[in-house]
Amino acid sequence: MSIQEILEKLKARFEGISFELVETKVDPFIKVPAKNIAEVAAFLKEDESLAFDSLMCLSGVDYPNTLVVVYHLFSFKHGHKLVLKVETPRDNPSVPTVENVWRTANWHEREAFDMFGIHFENHSDLRRILCPDDWEGYPLRKDYKTQEFYHGIRVEVAEPPDPLYEAKQKSKVDKAAKPTGTSATKAAKPDSKATTEKKAE
Amino acid sequence: MKLLESTFRDNILITRVDYFLNWARLSSLWPMLFGLACCAIEMMATGAARYDLDRFGAGVFRGTPRQSDLMIVAGTVTIKMSSRLKLLYEQMPEPKYVISMGSCATSGGPYWQHGYHVLKGVDLVVPVDVYVPGCPPRPESLIEGVLKLQEKIRNERLLARGISSVMAS
Amino acid sequence: MLETADLLKEGIKEELKSDEMLLNMGPQHPSTHGVLRLVLRTDGEVVKEAVPHIGYLHRCFEKHAENVTYPQVIPYTDRMDYVGSMNNALGYVIAVEKLMGIKVPERAEYIRVIVAELNRIASHLLAFGTYGLDIGAFTPFMHAFRDREKILDLFEEASGARLLYNYPRIGGVAKDVPPGWLEKTRAFIDYFKPKIKEYNDLLTFNKIFIERTANVGVLPLDLAISYGVTGPNLRGSGMKWDLRRNDPYSIYDRFEFDIPVGTGEMGTVGDCWDRYWVRIREMGESIKIIRQALDQIPAGEVMAPEGLKAIKPPKGEVYVRTETPRGELGYYLISDGSQQPYRLKVRSPCFTAMSVFHEIARGGMIADMVAIVGSLDIVLGEIDR
Ligand code: SF4
Repeated sequence: MSIQEILEKLKARFEGISFELVETKVDPFIKVPAKNIAEVAAFLKEDESLAFDSLMCLSGVDYPNTLVVVYHLFSFKHGHKLVLKVETPRDNPSVPTVENVWRTANWHEREAFDMFGIHFENHSDLRRILCPDDWEGYPLRKDYKTQEFYHGIRVEVAEPPDPLYEAKQKSKVDKAAKPTGTSATKAAKPDSKATTEKKAE
Repeated sequence: MKLLESTFRDNILITRVDYFLNWARLSSLWPMLFGLACCAIEMMATGAARYDLDRFGAGVFRGTPRQSDLMIVAGTVTIKMSSRLKLLYEQMPEPKYVISMGSCATSGGPYWQHGYHVLKGVDLVVPVDVYVPGCPPRPESLIEGVLKLQEKIRNERLLARGISSVMAS
Repeated sequence: MLETADLLKEGIKEELKSDEMLLNMGPQHPSTHGVLRLVLRTDGEVVKEAVPHIGYLHRCFEKHAENVTYPQVIPYTDRMDYVGSMNNALGYVIAVEKLMGIKVPERAEYIRVIVAELNRIASHLLAFGTYGLDIGAFTPFMHAFRDREKILDLFEEASGARLLYNYPRIGGVAKDVPPGWLEKTRAFIDYFKPKIKEYNDLLTFNKIFIERTANVGVLPLDLAISYGVTGPNLRGSGMKWDLRRNDPYSIYDRFEFDIPVGTGEMGTVGDCWDRYWVRIREMGESIKIIRQALDQIPAGEVMAPEGLKAIKPPKGEVYVRTETPRGELGYYLISDGSQQPYRLKVRSPCFTAMSVFHEIARGGMIADMVAIVGSLDIVLGEIDR
């Protein structure tokens, strides 16, 4: 069944809900209002001619203004696929769960919660799944900042290591050592002055 | 044994206590089965048919830290795992050694830059004796790492541990 | 308090009380195939409830994918399921190619199929070897690794690495196989074919092994579909479903091969033994595919011209799924027209296989947990990513 026909079917069944078909480069998708996703999902699974018995993938996506949950559905019976998307605001994102329709959604939704902080209403066990329970922030959001310490363990390395670090350190020592000797070269002098000034600061 | 038979009579050998103890220890390093990620597969390959880590007395992989002398940290250590790693290290009886296998265990490896959940080097949590570079290190490299560790043990002064544990090479 | 003798005299009327115990298995446990933690609520030997905890190998793959360029993602896909690297990278490059509309040269397609199937054999060999190890048989492990090394040698010749290859590239493969490689591959499959019988004699039809795995961890088909279980685990539950056949990608529609399914030969359909047996038979099918590919492979280029330029897919999104040794691996790729993916979500077959664990573990013995985890053939690198 093509996506057009599926859309017609959905429109016929749910009159009050506005669906929107969006064409993209490869996979077209249907936008569904967040609050209706659970009933739409149940219908898609139950209806004989649609029979989407498998949820292939559930992903969160962070767009600049909204968070989006994407559902990739597939029907073993008819062999057709469908992509659904729901949008939810970035602050206080919340989407009804589809766990009761496809059980695989349980873990996928936990992952989306862990990575994006999307709250799934009525989910039976909404905990973090990959990161530790007391992790700060939602890692896959675009504005995520890594916490510096986690229980005293350094998480973020402050600066990338300098491959020439040792060589520089050595030359510094050399330069610092030379002026103390009586035969300091002229070229080295201003340099050593600069370092001592810095130290004084 | 054929070679030795009837070559010597009942006899005594003279050696240093340190040498003897070190020799005994380095010839039976029992590693803990501590596979974390991809490197663990290479560690298994090292222990299996072709590379046969047993030749160096280090092939008896133990399931528990309490029976092992050596912890081969093979793979990526995550933040969530690091506290467990430390716990396991503390459960090992002395003397204990750590080999950090692969660039992940050494420094975070390919996950260094954006890996918000990857520990940037296992030496932040436990002391490391030998680092084996590579992603993954070939089995030969791991064997070389074990040999290096044996060299280190050979030069240890057990009776005054820590004073002169300088590597020979 | 009553003495035992009194109790016996009365006849024990009161029901015996038993305590429940929480048992932590992992995250460091020799038979959990990596860093998986299972919390078991046991009543004596019987497991009342099993809760898997994952994330001990969460290496932030998706974050990396958003921060590196398209070709640079391939090494990270390799490291997800490190046992089937070729298959993982293949799925990803197909996704990018689909988005960009690249036509891959024929020879490259054939090489990809050959290496992917070889990798499938290597992966199933590892599954076979370690499964034996879990159940308590050490010898199969040695046999499996002996033959796996031969495959790794072939890979090393082609790509330069033993485990993580970075070999399939966007638009083709990294480089053509060296001269004589195809003949060596043919020699290998000739060598390998009779070995499968050896494995069967060693482990598959071993009485103890059957006792440990048959009728254990039964996964009914409807549960498997609802939990999105795929690959050998789904086939073990009796469904003839293989993406190589049912939703062909690359050039898999050109080859003749069977899809082995579980039939409950030793016990119930969908038990551990069935899942294991599917894998063993799949190795034979992979050999068939490789042989046909070796017969048909043409000469020519191995890289499409687009693959040599900077990879910059147009705006759009695509979901591509391929059949890896573990099941359906899906890549959901969103491009915003730049050189870096906007979002790359991985749908991992092990992730879903693990999510069904608590259902099939309920009511088993503690020792069965090991058998069940092993039979699902999970790789933690892919569950946690
Ligand atoms: S060093 Fe490389 S091979 Fe080893 S665990 Fe890290 S990514 Fe995997």
